[in-house]
Amino acid sequence: MSYEFEFGDVLGAWDELLHGALNTLWLSALAMLIGLVVAILGAFGKTSGPRWLRVLIDAYIEVIRNTPFLIQIFVVFFGLPSLGIRLEADQAALLALVINVGAYATEIMRAGIESIGKGQIEAGKSLGLTPLQIFRYVVLKPAIQAIYPALTSQFILLMLNTSVCSAIAASELTAAANDIQSRTFRSFEVYFVVTVIYFALSLLFWGLFRVIERTLLRQPARR
Amino acid sequence: MRDFGWGDTLFLIGAVRWTLLLSFVAFVGGSLGGLAVALCRTGRIRVLRWLAAGFITLFQGTPLLMQLFLAFFVPGILGFDVDPWAAAAIGLSLHAAAFLGEIWRGAIEVVPRGQWEASTALGLRYAAQMRYVVLPQAVRIAVPPTVGFLVQLIKATSLASIIGFVELTRAAQIVNNATFQPFTVFGLVALIYFIICWPLSLYSRRMEQRLLVASR
Repeated sequence: MSYEFEFGDVLGAWDELLHGALNTLWLSALAMLIGLVVAILGAFGKTSGPRWLRVLIDAYIEVIRNTPFLIQIFVVFFGLPSLGIRLEADQAALLALVINVGAYATEIMRAGIESIGKGQIEAGKSLGLTPLQIFRYVVLKPAIQAIYPALTSQFILLMLNTSVCSAIAASELTAAANDIQSRTFRSFEVYFVVTVIYFALSLLFWGLFRVIERTLLRQPARR
Repeated sequence: MRDFGWGDTLFLIGAVRWTLLLSFVAFVGGSLGGLAVALCRTGRIRVLRWLAAGFITLFQGTPLLMQLFLAFFVPGILGFDVDPWAAAAIGLSLHAAAFLGEIWRGAIEVVPRGQWEASTALGLRYAAQMRYVVLPQAVRIAVPPTVGFLVQLIKATSLASIIGFVELTRAAQIVNNATFQPFTVFGLVALIYFIICWPLSLYSRRMEQRLLVASR
């Protein structure tokens, strides 16, 4: 093989890579948290809201799930300014990620809520709980246990998806890689190292989520 | 700068064929690879099971964008020149092989053990068991998630624009650079993707419902 590998320049920029990786984690965590709030509201609206709201939420979910994330981020970053809303690249990336993950998480939440038996909800009603109380105590908590696996894999998908935010030069790991690449021209080395970092992060979260599932979320034994 | 007109709309619609062609090539390549991965993953040879599992984990644990970048740069290291089209086709095929392999592994494993035992009792060898007994049942289960993944794959082809392949998303950027009407251009392109993907999503969901009803 005539190609000479040269990892020195890339590893020399370790502080940029570390910074990028931390930004990726921060962006992912923030988007997931806000996305979960969107999802809880969306799932509540979709299961208990008036008809017009259900139709609206359905439209939101279908549009987001059937268009590429890259186009969504372009609409947010390049399109919104023509409506007078001007966002920094990082803000646009966060907003696009929230809109995107909110739609997927709403569907996951709804499936979790619908997995709760009708009898449970009726029991809550007959105890005189308000719809909000029923949602909070009877529906939400068991639903979280039911949806935990889907939500955690959604988080890893989200984290991997943040790499697309480099297309608008938001500050995260892939954008850091692009910077290093344009300076050193070691294309393969840069993207190889960064791929390894992403993979390590995925393995870390897979492990972490499994530990949490086994310790905190153990289902009580059915009697 | 000029106004967004019919010419631009037609240019975008013309670019759809590259999105569809890339999706098709990646789906065919991914299906061949995915079948191999699923068979290795469910087979009796331990090394192949591990290799298949590692392949799946690797592709599910790294961003598609990195996979495409590496598909673009690795052949160069090995001494082959690839254009963005070939790199995108290779990268997306490998990506699809991993995801379809995992989906189909699940479908194969859902086929009850008794089916294997019965066909062994009938004297069928592995190839015949797969061909006549297991796969026909697994295919029925696999159709809804496979079509669901096809939607993911069509959307994923948009990332080929980042490595410079001119498909629908790249065409949209070109038109936007000339007309600077991002809301119209990207809105229209989102609509085009939606028109392609939504019927597939609905079909996938309908098939899934039908399977659920059938298995009750």
